[in-house]
Amino acid sequence: MSKEEIRAVVLRVLGRIAPEADLSQLRPGARLRDQLDIDSMDLLNFVIGLHKELHVEIPEVDYPKLATLDGCVDYLAGLLKAA
Amino acid sequence: MAEFVMPQLGADMTAGKLLRWRMNIGDRVQRGDIIADVETDKADIEVEIFASGIVDKFLIHPGEKVPVGTPLALIREEGVTVPAAGAVPPLVRTATALAPVRATALAPSIAVSPPAVAPFPGRLHISPVARKIAEEQGLDPAILTGTGPGGRVTREDVQRAVEARTAAQEPPDRQTRMRQVIAAAMARSKREIPHYYLSTTVDMNRCVQWLAQENTRRPIADRLLYGVLLLKAVALALRQVPELNSLWKEGKAMPSADVHVGVAVSLRGGGLVAPALHHTDRQSVGELMKQFLDLVQRARAGSLRSSELSDPTITVTSLGEQGVETVFGIIYPPQVALVGFGKIAERPCSVDGQIVSRPLLTATLSADHRVSDGHRGGLFLAALERLLQEPEKL
Repeated sequence: MSKEEIRAVVLRVLGRIAPEADLSQLRPGARLRDQLDIDSMDLLNFVIGLHKELHVEIPEVDYPKLATLDGCVDYLAGLLKAA
Repeated sequence: MAEFVMPQLGADMTAGKLLRWRMNIGDRVQRGDIIADVETDKADIEVEIFASGIVDKFLIHPGEKVPVGTPLALIREEGVTVPAAGAVPPLVRTATALAPVRATALAPSIAVSPPAVAPFPGRLHISPVARKIAEEQGLDPAILTGTGPGGRVTREDVQRAVEARTAAQEPPDRQTRMRQVIAAAMARSKREIPHYYLSTTVDMNRCVQWLAQENTRRPIADRLLYGVLLLKAVALALRQVPELNSLWKEGKAMPSADVHVGVAVSLRGGGLVAPALHHTDRQSVGELMKQFLDLVQRARAGSLRSSELSDPTITVTSLGEQGVETVFGIIYPPQVALVGFGKIAERPCSVDGQIVSRPLLTATLSADHRVSDGHRGGLFLAALERLLQEPEKL
């Protein structure tokens, strides 16, 4: 799966968590938590959503790697490549 | 014949608008079935019925806004025959005697300034164009304030009055109404409830460690958040100080047999609701977590059920994720207590005579002095702290 495809999945899952947000305005290097006002429950739903879409297991200790959009894409790309 | 009435979904609700019926005349309903959707100032709610039987008659049409307690439908017991045509059951007459309150009742009245000093008493000082527009708009020129030379009412004055009237007649949006009802409930709370506040620092080390370990063995969808440990601990601590799990009704505290912890959920776009996690004390943390996830999701999607809004016996609010250290909450009437949690932060503390770094959390209790005192409140916080030292037993 290409990084662009992964990015599309990430944005789709984020869109379900923050439906009111304009995701086209997301700054890829800035913290998602600050931009989308997401809390720990949103983060858990995000991880569950990624698991359903990409069939990846994301351990809790790796949550900090999901802090930004770019971080998510890089982390997931590595995870999918290793699988 | 039983009446299904507009429920009061929280102390701040005085009226509701029926959006639609979920049932038809003749349908069989059971206690707990969702029978209608109702719009309140805070959210659209799926309203459950608390009687079983057959839907006999609808008394209110979708789109009507009626006060809390107004009969909306009649539910006939199964096996009871329908009254003959023309025979009007007494309950129907009772229902129709209650005049529905229309949505426009919420609109503020138009504030009209007294006219400026009239230069010619008895004679209206207004331009012909302004008079014509006022007549077309159905405005009485005599009540308008003139800003023209000598207090003359100008066309702009009339247009301003028309705009002010239009703005006043438009019902406020959901966000505005939500702020109004929250303000009303909180003002009532501060006015009527003699609050007292207590706080304690909880060492969350065991919870943090247990949770990290526990989540490694759980499937992703079953992972726990530390918030669910706090909710369960609050529910169990209430068993030890049950007077905090009461409702203040008719001038006295009525202890609640069940513990339904209301969880303050911030809504996207602003505002909050605090629906109940039913029987919080009787569920495993795994079950509670599933319900917690579902409840928050539905609260934010606007699909809560009536019992979830009417049943909370205490409220828990956690603002730690926003970086808040200590929460001084306002009790939500008719509840008599609220528990607040701040953030978990690594701080130095003394353990067995050694200064160590520990994840500490400030827990606060806001409680009603009519029902409990600081001693009992302190016992509650001590019980809460004790429970959080043994997360595996929650």
